[in-house]
Amino acid sequence: MIKKILLSATVLGVFIVYSIHIKTDVEATPVVAIKSPALSGIEPTFTPNPQAISTGPTPAPLATIVPTATPRGKYKDGSYTGAVADAFYGNIQVQAIISGGKITDVVFLQYPNDRRTSIEINTQAMPYLKQEAIQAQSARVAGVSGATASSDAFVQSLGSALQKAI
Amino acid sequence: MKRLASIMGMPITVEISNIKYQIANRDIEKVFDYLREVDEKYSPFKKTSEVGKLNRGERISKEMEEILRLAQDLKKETKGYFDIKKPDGSIDPSGIVKGWAIKNAADILRQAGYKNFFVDAGGDAEIAGTFKWGIRNPFNVKEIVKVLKLSNCGIATSGTYERGQHIYNPITKEKEIKDIVSLTVIGKDVYEADKSSTPAFAMGRVGIEFIESRSGLEGYMIDKNGIATYTSGFEKYVSLT
Repeated sequence: MIKKILLSATVLGVFIVYSIHIKTDVEATPVVAIKSPALSGIEPTFTPNPQAISTGPTPAPLATIVPTATPRGKYKDGSYTGAVADAFYGNIQVQAIISGGKITDVVFLQYPNDRRTSIEINTQAMPYLKQEAIQAQSARVAGVSGATASSDAFVQSLGSALQKAI
Repeated sequence: MKRLASIMGMPITVEISNIKYQIANRDIEKVFDYLREVDEKYSPFKKTSEVGKLNRGERISKEMEEILRLAQDLKKETKGYFDIKKPDGSIDPSGIVKGWAIKNAADILRQAGYKNFFVDAGGDAEIAGTFKWGIRNPFNVKEIVKVLKLSNCGIATSGTYERGQHIYNPITKEKEIKDIVSLTVIGKDVYEADKSSTPAFAMGRVGIEFIESRSGLEGYMIDKNGIATYTSGFEKYVSLT
């Protein structure tokens, strides 16, 4: 049912795993937690093996590397900054890091950061959530669960970053 | 065999593995009949429905009372994030009826002796046996962003659909939910998954923490930036093949 969309897979063939120890307070929400690794990745030098970055006070669990569907050798190695794309909620700008012709990391240079008021939820145990950038998959499935939104600013900015890498 | 019908304004797919049409078709027909009956009974859009009666202050059935009790419990559990009372004051229990009905529909097949099947109502499904399931890319309907291997459980996704914003935050009613675009929940059955996905989605970013805090539930949340946050036990459902 799901077609192989290699081109889209390339654009979205992105991957970040952040292992984050999230607290219930606002300061430690995922949006804020992404900020520090993002800023540390700005320098235009190439980072050989970006692994999961621990931002929490406790040791992070091992990052899982998800294989990408990106064809080999399509892009030149290095870091490429994409255009600022309007996400309606704010601007999104990403930097794609290419290693061995594949996208190995995507750094968010700009993203909407609307802080919400903390909502009281009595979490029994401290939650241990993980993060990753979504990535198109090709596989035969019996069914699909999901919702669709209209925001494609992420894809836009990444697409323009990849244009430079060709 | 596999059959598709449109009931409750949704595509309903029922698939039973390795079985001939002649054998299973009558049972699948029973499932569709049951769901049509639920639609007649609980549609907020039909005057003769139990919901219509409730909103006019007329006598309601025992089953409707049970649904109201379940909705009341869920409202307490979610600190008001699940509420069948709409901003205009009318009652719409669709948010709880859907998952409840899919689970009951699956029970019809279980009682008939089937062990490998699924009942899928617009992406919310009860799975018996093992099936590969995808999570849709909220930014591109034609893509999936996760491949899951699901066995004897339920899955439900809440989100901002093509039709537009359909979930509001009952605590801050004027605020639209924009930060999170999709929240998928896996639970022991589709009723458990569905009843939690809607209020958790309404919570915004902390919704995934709510799922983490509930035993027996795992979740995969996608935000507007294309970043997914998932619960500590979610990976056991991810298909590696």
